[in-house]
Amino acid sequence: MRVGLFVPCYVDAFHPEVGQATLELLERFGCEVEYPFDQTCCGQPMTNSGCHKESKATEELFVRNFKDYDYIVAPSGSCVNHIRNNFDAVAQTDDVKHVRARTYELVEFLHDVLKVDGFPWAEFPHKVTLHNNCNALRGLNIASMTELRAEKFSKPRDLLGMVKGLELVDITRPDECCGFGGTFSVFEEATSARMGQDKARDQAKSGAEYVTSSDSSCMMHQEGCAKRLGLPTKYIHISQILNGERV
Amino acid sequence: MPARGPEPQPRGAIIRGNRPIDQQEAARRFMDAPEHLAMHDQRLWDLRKKRDGQKEIIEEWEDLRQLASDIKTHTLTHLDTYLEQFEKNAIANGVRIHWAKDAAEHNSIVAGILRSKNARSLIKSKSMLTEECGFREAMAHEGITVVETDLGERIQQLDNENPSHVVVPAVHKLRTDVAEVFAKTIGSDPNNSDVSYLTEQQREHTRPLILKADAGMTGCNFAVAETGSVVVCTNEGNADLSANTTGLHIVSMGIEKIIPNLNSLAVFVRMLSRSALGSPITQYTSHFRGPRRGAEMHIVIVDNGRTDRLGLEKFWTSLKCIRCGACMNTCPVFRRSGGLSYGATYAGPIGLIIDPTFNRHKYSTLPFSSTMNGSCTNVCPVKINIHEQIADWRQVLAENHEIPAFKKSMMKAAGALLASPKLYRASLPMADSALRHLPRFVLYNRLNTWTRGREMPHVPKETFHQWYKRTRGVDGKKK
Repeated sequence: MRVGLFVPCYVDAFHPEVGQATLELLERFGCEVEYPFDQTCCGQPMTNSGCHKESKATEELFVRNFKDYDYIVAPSGSCVNHIRNNFDAVAQTDDVKHVRARTYELVEFLHDVLKVDGFPWAEFPHKVTLHNNCNALRGLNIASMTELRAEKFSKPRDLLGMVKGLELVDITRPDECCGFGGTFSVFEEATSARMGQDKARDQAKSGAEYVTSSDSSCMMHQEGCAKRLGLPTKYIHISQILNGERV
Repeated sequence: MPARGPEPQPRGAIIRGNRPIDQQEAARRFMDAPEHLAMHDQRLWDLRKKRDGQKEIIEEWEDLRQLASDIKTHTLTHLDTYLEQFEKNAIANGVRIHWAKDAAEHNSIVAGILRSKNARSLIKSKSMLTEECGFREAMAHEGITVVETDLGERIQQLDNENPSHVVVPAVHKLRTDVAEVFAKTIGSDPNNSDVSYLTEQQREHTRPLILKADAGMTGCNFAVAETGSVVVCTNEGNADLSANTTGLHIVSMGIEKIIPNLNSLAVFVRMLSRSALGSPITQYTSHFRGPRRGAEMHIVIVDNGRTDRLGLEKFWTSLKCIRCGACMNTCPVFRRSGGLSYGATYAGPIGLIIDPTFNRHKYSTLPFSSTMNGSCTNVCPVKINIHEQIADWRQVLAENHEIPAFKKSMMKAAGALLASPKLYRASLPMADSALRHLPRFVLYNRLNTWTRGREMPHVPKETFHQWYKRTRGVDGKKK
């Protein structure tokens, strides 16, 4: 199985360890992983601002980089949601359709495609709370949503449940958006920061030592808010926990 | 230290003619009032939680949402048929029907009816359509006194403010704000903010005005084509007061309120209050079929931009909205900003997709006041894809030069940069300045605002790209 590793811009610049953990984790499960060298971004920042035309060339580049892989995996629900559900600045050729259908967020790839049944190398003896990024939650159905009447499920919880010593704790508003929202975090800074601070307080109140998520962008925002408030909560990407990182 | 008075109520968006609304500026003022912010957020979140509880009781909830959405699709695609059927049946019931193409026509029709009956005072129940039409102001010009009978709406009227929410119009006010308004307008004790006291004061003051009014007006939650009747849902019974106290009942109704029959009404009645307040049903669900003996009943059927909206391929389903306000209650931006920060009749998620249909320039900023997290779409009882329409509006606005030029040029630059691996890599060197590590589209923002409420992210020594190249080489083989 040839897997193309997509490392989104935020992960590349701010959280290289997340890219590394994702790569190693996929290799542990026997995937033949390649990192196409000419990759940049999925085009989401422009599309998010309404500037679809401006994301066309970036989307084309993405397709050139990833069209030949069986699967494309990224440690970011938001970017994957863009590719799967909003990648429409480019003409919808067979290559584009292939890329859109075959791009997976790491958790759903492990859960749905590889159907992993354990992480024997992983141990994380800490209280952890989970943050479901909105795009992964409501765009990719990574877990059941509190607004809908449906069977309860959570793919990231299933995976974290296989990690030795890890104790999951809940926050009071599990589905509330943290306010990152892509360019919202820059253009509507006041509301964004307030939402992030409220989220960080809720997480701290849960007694969790760590917050984990499959999305680096939300965590970067939340971590910045928690630090500003002087909260002790630490943030770690789910790929690092599943890859056996000890802290 | 002198005793601190109650926290003053932050006011809504500053309206500057046709200039784009600065929702952020008003939101910032709201968030700077901690008591208001905490109360507003918690009160609306509690409604959202009660709504979640109600949906768990109804096993067929998701099927009901689909059914409600399908009924609305059917009705909106056969609107002419159902409106004609409604008109015919209402006339047969003894109701007089009027058609208004816009707000001005609505107001002049109502003024005409009142004039013909020599009516100088009007009591009315809450109606978002009349807000949309600037009805109170128009009646003031005609010399007609209007008294709101909904408590929250009456508070807003006395404070000379618009409703901030489609269901709970004064939800942004603390009881101390209400005490202040009542002290100024109806002479109650400014230092007594006890809820029962305030309600009683309002009742004592308003009831006589209601009893001696010349005419009554209600909105309309649903208009049933099959029976020619209108249905109004309230929790205070004030629509019944407005409709029955005088011998003249005027109904203000948008064309999209029409539904085919009583069976379909049952679907919406099951969903409206559960979605809005988390209660199984409203206290009063009143059916008005025709005038009482010796009385008159008029229905003004209003378009005011709705047929234009119906023609918008991406946005016409926003007409399905039954004004439950569930999207506002769940919206994290709305809860922290207050409804008046949107500077429009309709606030919150549904407002973001309806308001630009009234005025693309004035409301061009609103679709950006969202994180597009999708919770609004999930709670919508008629399954309007609200967050997707917000995204679609952003595209329409960007393509029609309704976004700030610097934003557009920033995105152009980002698009060019991200389409070129060479340029992109060159923009991410690991040098000394902390800022250069931010992807350039953030950097390009001349207002770099990230750090106002947040710390900058930690900057690692090398990017993933550099690590990969160093440890594995360009071909990916481990070194």
